[in-house]
Amino acid sequence: MDSLLREYLPILIFIGVAFGLSVVIVLASFILVRQRPDSEKLSPYECGFPPFSDARAKFDVRFYLVSLLFIIFDLEVAFLFPWAVALGKIGVFGFWSMMVFLGVLTVGFIYEWKTGALEWE
Amino acid sequence: MAELWRSYGLPTTITVAEIVAIIVPLLLAVAYLTYAERKVLAAAQLRKGPNVVGPFGLFQPLADGLKLLMKETVIPSGANRVVFIAAPIITFMLSLVAWAVIPFDAGVVLANINVGILYLFAISSLGVYGIIMAGWSSNSRYAFLGGLRSAAQMVSYEVSIGFVIVSVLLIVGSLNLSDIVEAQKTVWFALPLFPMFIVFFISGLAETNRSPFDLPEGESELVAGFFVEYSSMTFALFYLGEYANMILMSAMTSILFLGGWLAPFNIQPFTGVLAHLWAAAWFFAKMAFVLFCFLWMRATMPRFRYDQLMRLGWKVFLPLSLFWLAATAAFLVFTGKLGA
Repeated sequence: MDSLLREYLPILIFIGVAFGLSVVIVLASFILVRQRPDSEKLSPYECGFPPFSDARAKFDVRFYLVSLLFIIFDLEVAFLFPWAVALGKIGVFGFWSMMVFLGVLTVGFIYEWKTGALEWE
Repeated sequence: MAELWRSYGLPTTITVAEIVAIIVPLLLAVAYLTYAERKVLAAAQLRKGPNVVGPFGLFQPLADGLKLLMKETVIPSGANRVVFIAAPIITFMLSLVAWAVIPFDAGVVLANINVGILYLFAISSLGVYGIIMAGWSSNSRYAFLGGLRSAAQMVSYEVSIGFVIVSVLLIVGSLNLSDIVEAQKTVWFALPLFPMFIVFFISGLAETNRSPFDLPEGESELVAGFFVEYSSMTFALFYLGEYANMILMSAMTSILFLGGWLAPFNIQPFTGVLAHLWAAAWFFAKMAFVLFCFLWMRATMPRFRYDQLMRLGWKVFLPLSLFWLAATAAFLVFTGKLGA
């Protein structure tokens, strides 16, 4: 095995063990306990009356906006990781390049702020 | 056959043993964190807390676990069965696998990978999937709203956590968790990066859906948020996952800001095995301190409103951490203090 595989193999095994453990825990209560479902028990919880409609209704567009903003900024963070590690080698030029990139994103962020995308009244 | 055993079987067996040695104490810690939470809250409200089951109520978490195990697993009729069952499994699994890269002492780590902090960041980002899946698949209003709120909250604070981590990386110049701890030999990063430390701690509260940011649960308005339809062990997995994430967040706080396993002023009175125990004891003491702060917050703070939560995340923490990141980088570049 090469060294890269050797480093990551424990993580793979860990994922396997954790998955196995979770499945065993869920199955244990299925096996140990008698299941007696009835239609009242299986109806969704809604304060005592049956739900009028499907729960997956329309929801506020701001949740979409937040996830869009998140994608932009998380991508930015993903760019920053290698930059932060390599900053010692790329020096002043690398620093200013990233500042220009961050500056452009900040302008976009200020625009979002001004147009009210971050308002949750 | 013997050759195959020596090159593959034996290392795998050792790895599995190490994994068990991480998971079992972790689950015990989770169980007794729930006990500690009830005791701390009780003390804050001048009550006694659990004191009936066993001496000082010490068997209370075991009794709770046994009770949940003996309950029937209800799967609502309108739910998507596969996604509904998969959601708690994913949540619990992710809260465990992050521990693969946590160093307990110099060299005492299951997988000492070069990109440790990136792995932790990735795993904690995936955590939102379990919640979205639970909220959507339950097909219940409360669960749906709770899932949406929770997802939006977690991704909002994820961003500032990312910036905080990057500002630590700037100083260290490495993504390896052991390197990050070793870099704090002279001073713990909580001092030079104090505002970032506070931002990280508060974002950690929001990321793990803890009070005062426990809106996804919001028991007075959303009953229990995204896991309202869950019962028995599927519920227990969410519960365990939430507390395991708290412990993980406290471990990340102590590694990034409180010097991990390093004792203050590098006091090292022991050698050999005792030195390892000494280091691990400091790591656990720091984690216990951060966890106590989590519980303390819950006992002290009223719940935020959702607009306040979003404002704090996007309009305060994001600009602040972005500015501090740029300032840290500028300071390091123009004073020539970069380590690499």
